[in-house]
Amino acid sequence: MTAASGFVSGQVVRPPALWAPILKDAIIAALVAVLLALPLVGLQTYDIGGGALGIRTHFDWVALAAVAVFAGRLAFRVLHQLHRGHRRRSAARLARLAAWGNRQVLPITLAGIGFAVALPFLPFSSRYLIDLGTTVLIYVMLGWGLNVVVGLAGLLDLGYVAFYAVGAYTFGLLTRDLDFTFWEALPFSGLVAASFGIILGFPVLRLRGDYLAIVTLGFGEIIRIVLLNWAPVTGGPNGIGGIPRPSFFGLSFARSAPEGLTTFHQFFGIDFSPDHRVVFLYFVILAMALVTNAFTLRIRKLPVGRAWEALREDEVACRALGINPTTVKLSAFAIGAMFGGFAGCFFATRQGFISPESFTFIESATILAIVVLGGMGSQMGVVLAAILLVSLPEFGRAFAEFRMLIFGAAMVGVMVWRPRGLIAHRAPTLRLDASPTR
Amino acid sequence: MAYFLQQLINGLTLGSIYGLIAIGYTMVYGIIGMINFAHGEIYMIGAFISIIAFLMLGLAGVTYVPLVLVLVLLTTMFFTSIYGWAVERIAYRPLRGSFRLAPLISAIGMSVFLQNYVQIFQGARVKPMPPLVQGGFTVFESGGFAVRLSYLQLFIMLLTLVLMIGFTTVIATTPLGRAQRACEQDMRMAALLGVDVDRVISLTFVMGAALAAVAGLMFTLYYGVVDFFIGFLAGVKAFTAAVLGGVGSLPGAMLGGILIGLIEAFWSGYFSVEYKDVSVFVVLVLVLVFCPTGLLGRPEVEKV
Repeated sequence: MTAASGFVSGQVVRPPALWAPILKDAIIAALVAVLLALPLVGLQTYDIGGGALGIRTHFDWVALAAVAVFAGRLAFRVLHQLHRGHRRRSAARLARLAAWGNRQVLPITLAGIGFAVALPFLPFSSRYLIDLGTTVLIYVMLGWGLNVVVGLAGLLDLGYVAFYAVGAYTFGLLTRDLDFTFWEALPFSGLVAASFGIILGFPVLRLRGDYLAIVTLGFGEIIRIVLLNWAPVTGGPNGIGGIPRPSFFGLSFARSAPEGLTTFHQFFGIDFSPDHRVVFLYFVILAMALVTNAFTLRIRKLPVGRAWEALREDEVACRALGINPTTVKLSAFAIGAMFGGFAGCFFATRQGFISPESFTFIESATILAIVVLGGMGSQMGVVLAAILLVSLPEFGRAFAEFRMLIFGAAMVGVMVWRPRGLIAHRAPTLRLDASPTR
Repeated sequence: MAYFLQQLINGLTLGSIYGLIAIGYTMVYGIIGMINFAHGEIYMIGAFISIIAFLMLGLAGVTYVPLVLVLVLLTTMFFTSIYGWAVERIAYRPLRGSFRLAPLISAIGMSVFLQNYVQIFQGARVKPMPPLVQGGFTVFESGGFAVRLSYLQLFIMLLTLVLMIGFTTVIATTPLGRAQRACEQDMRMAALLGVDVDRVISLTFVMGAALAAVAGLMFTLYYGVVDFFIGFLAGVKAFTAAVLGGVGSLPGAMLGGILIGLIEAFWSGYFSVEYKDVSVFVVLVLVLVFCPTGLLGRPEVEKV
């Protein structure tokens, strides 16, 4: 409640709304939009052949942008003006909803897991849907892995994809040179990725948050550049192909097995169907993701998990209490990296082919977006965000093109409106107001 | 020796471009203590606007090269500054006083957004640009190897020098520069003493964007091709330059930029072109680990 408002017979009298400044504000916003859109939207370069460029004008789009911004800004300000009191109420409603969700965590989780397990057998499910589910689950697992680093330990890692790549390439190299199967390589993928986490983490974890972010970004790029250029080992831009699919306790999912081996459908005496493998892959990643989740939930209750969260809130206080920040951060980094490595190993076996192209910065940004949008530290939020972000482009070509655009805008939007994410895990009990002006 | 000198010239040219971008990072970091991750994208937008401006002038029939350069420089700086202003207004200002990583995540979102925005509206293809400033002169010749300094390289270095002098003067003598320095030292106190902090921060972003725009224009002229992805690497390298020079220090940013340019040029000249980007990242890690305050920076004391 602002100091300016007075009380008349118990009712708050709001100062009258000022429409002129609102209109002026909207006009200025529209003008800025015109200036922004004019060079890059209004004038489009295109090839006219012979290595020369031509210019197409699209002033209609500029006008459209101006009108949209004008209307949007006006509506925003007017609603803001009319609902000054309601804001608090809607926030309270959201908080109630979140509190309800926190109380109902077990039923919701069980329902979610039940749905995920039953998905392949539901009447409306199809190969396409299961494939999509597998992709979503890869991102859920990556999100949960990164959540350990970003959400719990509060270390912003912009190079998470490096560990994903290390896991994938570990499997790729082991199977190409030493004939490892998926299950044999899986622990090594995690191990190697975790070692990379430690190697990177050891020198840089003393840095403060945003420096660390840039260094991890650099590390991610170094890994990608090395994979791209070290052709004798990594295959360079051509990557590694012919990666074997996982087997079900030694039973392969091929139509016919080589001499002396049985396939899945022969063993169980059912007709061969290529869908078996798809469903199996789906269950493998589901199990891996659930293990990640269970692990995270348990470790959070251990001293090291508590130390992560304490470190996130206040490093200086932690140090004063005798927690060694470097080792604690290092453990978070290594564990997050390990899950990234597992996910990478699964990615390799699912695709059957890996190349550096799959491990660009955009991938890191996507995983980070999932964690951030879901609410850092919230396991459920990661699932929601992964479903949202991965299935969004499936709804149409138009969305696919604008996917990353929407990603970026959503990251900004969530930070501005709900900095703790869609599902905030919990607000700190005590918060010191650090805003210098205001 | 001649080869060395040639790499030196190339490195200085490259370093000028990085230095101009690095100033944007270092100023913003000095005042509000955040890495403006979208700054590389602002530079990329500058490069695109400059190429569009060149095309428009070509269509309008302006062919006198110095006039073209001046006009393009001004339009590019103007439009890119608006982008810098808008980014701050939309993505960072509402987050002042939020938790530590919020502005950085918002900046990453902005960077992803701007990259895809340009890709969608301008296309993903590489945009070629015919060379505008041609020719050069031979500095000296030895053993059949001529060290060339092109007019373009000279132009880039001189323009950088002029901008640096002008810029340092603005910071050192004008009321705006004084307000900026005050905000850098203590934002709350500056606000209490009547400095309009929001305005100062906005103008800082505008200035940083204008310098990045010049860097973008130089890139367009120097390499002759632009695509929507150039901002990412250049941004990281310029940030490395800012860190190397000491974040918050303007001469440091320029020095760091030149050093990074030299490292990159010598690395690709003497070792391998493929790994030239790796060299920069390695420098970044080494500097942060062994000398986090950079060459000309002040040590940062964390207050509780």
